[in-house]
Amino acid sequence: MKLGYFPGCSLHSTAKEFDLSLKAVAGPLDVELEEIHDWSCCGSSSAHATDHLLSIALAARNLSLAEQQGLSQVMAPCAACFSRLATARHEMAHDEEQAELVRPMLARPFKNAVEVQNVVALLQGLAGRIKAKATPLTGLKVACYYGCLLVRPPEVAQFDDPEDPTSMEQVVAATGATAVRWSRRLDCCGAGFSLSRVGSVVRLGRAILEDAKASGAQAVVVACPMCHSNLDLRQSAMEARRASLGLPILFLTQLVGLALKLDPASLGLERHFVSAVGVMRALAAPAPQQLPATRG
Amino acid sequence: MSRIGVLVCHCGENIGRTVDCASVARALGDLPGVAHAADYKYMCSDPGQLLVKQAIAEKKLDGVVVAACSPRMHEKTFRRACASAGMNAFLCEMANIREHCSWIHESRGDATEKAIALARAIVEKVKRNQPLSPIRIPIERRALVIGGGIAGIQAALDIAEGGREVVLVEKEPSIGGHMSQLSETFPTLDCSQCILTPRMVEAYQHPGIKLLAYSEVESVSGYIGNFEVKVRRKARSVDETRCNGCGECQAACPNKKIPSEFEQGLGKRSAIYVPFPQAVPNIPVIDRAHCALFRGRAKGLKKDACSKCKEACGRQAVDFDQQDTFTTVKVGAVVVATGYQLYSVGKQQPSDKLKGYGEYGYGTIPDVIDGLQFERLASASGPTGGKILRPSDGKEPKKIVFLQCIGSRDPAKGIEYCSKVCCMYVAKHTMLYRHKVHDGKAYVFYMDVRAAGKGYEEFARRAVEEEGAIYLRGRVSKLERTGNAIKVHGFDTLSGRPMVIDADMVVLATAMRPQPGIEALAQKLSVSCDGHGFINEAHPKLRPVETNTAGVFVAGACQAPRDIPDSVAMASGAASKVLGLFSNEELERDPTVAVVDETGCAGCFHCERVCPYGAVERKEIKDRKGVLLKVVATVNKGVCQGCGTCQATCPSKNVELQGFTDEQIFAAISAL
Ligand SMILES: Cc1cc2nc3c(=O)[nH]c(=O)nc-3n(C[C@H](O)[C@H](O)[C@H](O)COP(=O)(O)OP(=O)(O)OC[C@H]3O[C@@H](n4cnc5c(N)ncnc54)[C@H](O)[C@@H]3O)c2cc1C
Ligand code: SF4
Ligand code: SF4
Repeated sequence: MKLGYFPGCSLHSTAKEFDLSLKAVAGPLDVELEEIHDWSCCGSSSAHATDHLLSIALAARNLSLAEQQGLSQVMAPCAACFSRLATARHEMAHDEEQAELVRPMLARPFKNAVEVQNVVALLQGLAGRIKAKATPLTGLKVACYYGCLLVRPPEVAQFDDPEDPTSMEQVVAATGATAVRWSRRLDCCGAGFSLSRVGSVVRLGRAILEDAKASGAQAVVVACPMCHSNLDLRQSAMEARRASLGLPILFLTQLVGLALKLDPASLGLERHFVSAVGVMRALAAPAPQQLPATRG
Repeated sequence: MSRIGVLVCHCGENIGRTVDCASVARALGDLPGVAHAADYKYMCSDPGQLLVKQAIAEKKLDGVVVAACSPRMHEKTFRRACASAGMNAFLCEMANIREHCSWIHESRGDATEKAIALARAIVEKVKRNQPLSPIRIPIERRALVIGGGIAGIQAALDIAEGGREVVLVEKEPSIGGHMSQLSETFPTLDCSQCILTPRMVEAYQHPGIKLLAYSEVESVSGYIGNFEVKVRRKARSVDETRCNGCGECQAACPNKKIPSEFEQGLGKRSAIYVPFPQAVPNIPVIDRAHCALFRGRAKGLKKDACSKCKEACGRQAVDFDQQDTFTTVKVGAVVVATGYQLYSVGKQQPSDKLKGYGEYGYGTIPDVIDGLQFERLASASGPTGGKILRPSDGKEPKKIVFLQCIGSRDPAKGIEYCSKVCCMYVAKHTMLYRHKVHDGKAYVFYMDVRAAGKGYEEFARRAVEEEGAIYLRGRVSKLERTGNAIKVHGFDTLSGRPMVIDADMVVLATAMRPQPGIEALAQKLSVSCDGHGFINEAHPKLRPVETNTAGVFVAGACQAPRDIPDSVAMASGAASKVLGLFSNEELERDPTVAVVDETGCAGCFHCERVCPYGAVERKEIKDRKGVLLKVVATVNKGVCQGCGTCQATCPSKNVELQGFTDEQIFAAISAL
């Protein structure tokens, strides 16, 4: 299977391990990823907050590049990128006035024919293959955390049940691990306020992780670089003057990689602030050499 | 030579603005066969009608064309005027120069020309009109009421009190509907059972009402005044004529753990059961799906697994071999009063259009209940004897959060409309709760409080001002189960703050939807439903209790969400319509029906196949000695709706619609 690949800025920087683990599992799962040449910003951080037209045009540019490259599907692992690309596709299809403004800005023909996919949908579709190739992660209990952008707004994301999704749990089941039942799977992690309102992010993240922990999870599985950094980077602040959480935050691709017995280092498992050693030990897998916590 | 009169109406400005009515009158006046032509500002007014009558008398007219609005609007008016001037009403016709002309054109010249052409066409048609007389059909002066909730009971009682027989069909073992489940009713807080039970008994004992409980309408044929309805009487497994309602069978039944429908699953019943103590008729029914004997039989057991109820019954009333039976009733009118059901927040929904509430756990959290369940908890005859106790652990909840507009007013869940009664019953629930749990705290999340009704606003205010209910304007985003409590995450839009309340119980005011199976029933009755399945009334303002099928009326919550006063008012309205219809022995109908020329009919019966109303019948023609000569088609005047499909189909042109013959239509078209 060949897929267009839109890494976005996170996967080249803060979420390098998402990129590493995705590429690592792609091979064994027979997925060929073709990066979009000359891709640019998806419009997620500043553009969509300041200039709506620009935010659509930026995302549409990337879709038009994919079209030019002959791709029929583009996969954006970052939930924010996925959301921006899907929004552009949706608006270009449903808002003719807007589309008229955007088209001349693209400087190339655009049929809006490229489908936008996220990594969870991809892995959900491959669950059978994962299960067949996996050494089951028996005994490992994880909490699937969706955050906000993967399934919402439903008319844009067009993916899973926006109030009670189950796709991540299906992937987890294919790896042989157990997904716990908990309530805060869709809560806000504070997203873009990571730097500007640390207090809020810590408070929100703590509520999420305390619930995951109380539900018996040994790790939290995510599919969004923003969620990841908020829950991982800020975890020590959440623990200040409280019970320790000690919950490693794994990307879904990393969990799949572990089930496929890939080298933990190739999955970037050592790149987290909260060490995944406990998880590795629970699985009796060799722990990766702990590197100093510096991020790309 | 004909002597036709043409009267052109300005309809105030409606026609006069774009059509030069005086020129139209002049042009028509010049046509051969037109003896009189005039225009007037409001032809439908009294002086206008007088002009028509005067013209008929003075000019000795033998036909009238009124060029004005749509015949749907005023054909009756002008035909009546003509008849009062001594002319056959069917020699008067209208040319529509408003909807078909002045309203849709801008150019005065073109519109005037078109108006002339339209009127000219009708003049040519009227020249060929024949005097017709209305058809008279005898009326079966007995009514069928479908559904025995408060609306159906009220309609049945009113019709029976008016001296006409009623057949009341109820699908459940007892009549009473939802009102029998309610505790106390807004806005007066009188006990629901106390005001309902006497009416149920009255309906049961009324000599003019025949109650067919545990029955359903199987099929309907016929037309206003002459419906034939087949009713399926479902097998109760208990002989109604023998049972005296002693209840010994229920006590004997070993199978007592079945969730009771009447208690909304909060209580239990046996396999042979009476839904509630005040049931009417007070005769049990065996729920065959849960009965040990019938389950055994279904599995092919030779020996009956149980027959405790039969052994316990002193009157040999239990009859395991009873089968469904059918009775046919002839009625002249039907009142549909099938009521409502509550929307369920669960994941499984009856249609793709509806969505459940994943954010509330799709209804899987115990202690998150709906309004009817709360009614049962608050009811003195309910599963807790009127104590408010949570279903999960039987403890008294100290904090209850009520959520309004669940499903209703939420297009994302598939229901745009307001369910109308929930604002009021939530206010009632907070009061009932406070009356029973004095230190209890009631919170209400609402969008608006809609309390429009006599004494309603005062009632809703009382909940806040005297009973201490805390109203928070906003929606709840999530219900979260934490230990013994339910965390309610909401937003108070008035203070602009997110709120989290640890509740002991949550009550959802879920939307009212039509009963399941309503669409199938509507189809049997040829009435239409709206997009949600509520029965459509004939006109939302002027004909609220009639449907588009003559002789079929509607009452209560099957037409739209309704509270008890509304349902009862509608029921009385429908009953008075029925009694009005029944005040005549015969029914007059427009003679616009198809007539077969029996001499020419070749008996091919193409018409029989195409008629959408099944109005075409076969008739044998015999000579004097009784020898069959041929079989021809004949049209039942009572059933024919005058659609003309047969006329278009007949290969030998031997069936024609009276008033719309080929000759008339072709003459009109040629004159355009
Ligand atoms: C929680 C709650 C509290 C309420 N509290 C109040 C209150 O305090 N005051 C107030 O004024 N209103 C109240 N209401 C509204 C009240 O319940 C309705 O107004 C009333 O019940 C409507 O009566 P109905 O006869 O139209 O329908 P229903 O009560 O639903 O009765 C319909 C009957 O028709 C039968 N039926 C259905 N389909 C068929 C069929 N195909 N063939 C034969 N029979 C059929 C049903 O079995 C039922 O017996 C409340 C509603 C709810 C949900
Ligand atoms: S046969 Fe037995 S199980 Fe069935 S209703 Fe009678 S007593 Fe109950
Ligand atoms: S009556 Fe009140 S609670 Fe019910 S849907 Fe209408 S506004 Fe909402």
